[in-house]
Amino acid sequence: MEKRVTFSKWTIGILFAVPQLILIFTFFYWPAGQAVYWSLTLQQPWGGGNIWVGLDNFRSILSNADYWNSISASLVFAGISTGLAMFIALVLAALTDRQLAGSWLYRVVLIWPYGIAAPALALAFRFILAPEAGFMAVVNKVWPGVWDPGLDGADAMASIIVAFSWKYVGYNFIFFLAAFQAIPRSLIEAAAMDGSGVIRRFWDIQFPLITPTIFFLLVINITESFQDSFGIVDIMTAGGPANATNLMVYKIYSDGFKGLDYSGAAAQSIILMLLIIVLTIVQFRFIERRVHYR
Amino acid sequence: MVERTPFLNFFTHLILFAGFVFCVAPFVIVAIAASHNLKDVNDVPMSLLPGSDFWVNIKTAWVTADLGPKLLNSFIVAGGAAAGKVIVSALTAFSIVYFRFPGRTLMFWLIFITLMLPLEVRIVPTYAVVANVLEPYQAILDVTGLSWLIEKISGVRVSLSRGLLNSYSGLILPLVATATGTFLYRQFFLTVPDELTEAARMDGAGPLRFFVDILLPLSRNNMAALGTIMFLWAWNQYLWPLLITTDQSRAMAVTELKQLIPNVGGSPEWHIAMAGTLIVMLPPLIVVVLMQRWFVRGLIVTEK
Repeated sequence: MEKRVTFSKWTIGILFAVPQLILIFTFFYWPAGQAVYWSLTLQQPWGGGNIWVGLDNFRSILSNADYWNSISASLVFAGISTGLAMFIALVLAALTDRQLAGSWLYRVVLIWPYGIAAPALALAFRFILAPEAGFMAVVNKVWPGVWDPGLDGADAMASIIVAFSWKYVGYNFIFFLAAFQAIPRSLIEAAAMDGSGVIRRFWDIQFPLITPTIFFLLVINITESFQDSFGIVDIMTAGGPANATNLMVYKIYSDGFKGLDYSGAAAQSIILMLLIIVLTIVQFRFIERRVHYR
Repeated sequence: MVERTPFLNFFTHLILFAGFVFCVAPFVIVAIAASHNLKDVNDVPMSLLPGSDFWVNIKTAWVTADLGPKLLNSFIVAGGAAAGKVIVSALTAFSIVYFRFPGRTLMFWLIFITLMLPLEVRIVPTYAVVANVLEPYQAILDVTGLSWLIEKISGVRVSLSRGLLNSYSGLILPLVATATGTFLYRQFFLTVPDELTEAARMDGAGPLRFFVDILLPLSRNNMAALGTIMFLWAWNQYLWPLLITTDQSRAMAVTELKQLIPNVGGSPEWHIAMAGTLIVMLPPLIVVVLMQRWFVRGLIVTEK
């Protein structure tokens, strides 16, 4: 879509864009290019510049069992937390959309968790799920040693999944509710006239009409689970125990800034970038489908 | 809605109420834990009746993590990032929509691509750039031979260097350098009727005048939505401030939470940790509650 009427002094027009262009060049394109350069070179200890190593950094990363462990932990985390957050949000949004008395309350409250910083909610959940105090301690009292995120990798993974899902239920809820409310009431009323019940109407009318939103949220949730998880992991588990929750962004951070392996961290960044770009392209393809329903 | 479904309505209320509890319970538990003393908070099970030490704990957390200046820093960074985003994006969108110049499509895509890669993903090189923000320009001068030329002519060796670690601009600028807001404005500007532009031009208004007097007042809703989202987003940043603020006087509130995690060896001071958590989560929560309309709108429009 283009404007028919424009201003003719385009030199002034370029000036308007200059601040943003400088910002994205300095803080986006340069670092992104730098990451590519670092990933293909190896930094000399004690300075002296970088030497070209081609794809060696990628080879050494991809042959590292720790890295594959990090990828599989990220995928488990992304899969389960996305599934949980979307399923709960979908059910709550569908029920709120029935507009029974009091539904305004849910519309207001269910969004709150999304405003909270990941590390803050992580600390809250670290207490709630702590094995010796808080609420899971009650479970431990009945069955001693059942729950210990500090020692058991699966428990630690479950903790960060709960914390992440709690935040993203609110986010997904907003989008699902907006999608449900965009469905013309007349459609649903007509179906009701024809004698279909609430459940039937959901599966045959509402659900097909919101599939674009489902795809959209699927992509957003997965990408966010790669990024927004850093604060949760750092506060709740610090990647442990035994690397069970060492998700990709956390590993980039610990390799790059604690291990000072810039080249390895850069190569990992490039792989993560490619992964996210692929997801974004998938999302664009689906945006076309979304227009189809309008 | 259309028919009577007493059973289903009952279950609807039941499930929605469960969802409500699921969302609110962590807030309530944090608040209650923050009101206990050391012994009560570690009781199994913890009493759900509030204790009496609420203000004492808040004060201890406030002092331990030095939250006063940290909250101020958070406000400055979040406010700065929101304001920067609202202004810079509006300027760029105006340029993209209302002018035709060579390379416009290229510029559009250059900006658009930045949506794909979030800060967390390119964190290591971005850190290097912020350590010396003029490094890219130095490199350009070196590669093009300009710095050699300048040295030959004036005898001055060019070495540009400006570190932004531990500064507000270092915290804010990389947060502003994405395209989220630009596209929000672009979509909106495209819906502004052409007749308005024609009329303004007929009356002799230049581009600047049109932008300030007509376009900006029309975009007030978008500004509120974008500002709210960006404020929350910047307030909740963690990895970035954690890396670039080694100086305590520039640290943000969210990164201070790490200091409140009870260590394994000592007495688990969960009551202080929860009091600190409460303080840090309160400002964004207030923003969400007060600005709910803009928040929801911002979420939905920025993601399109």
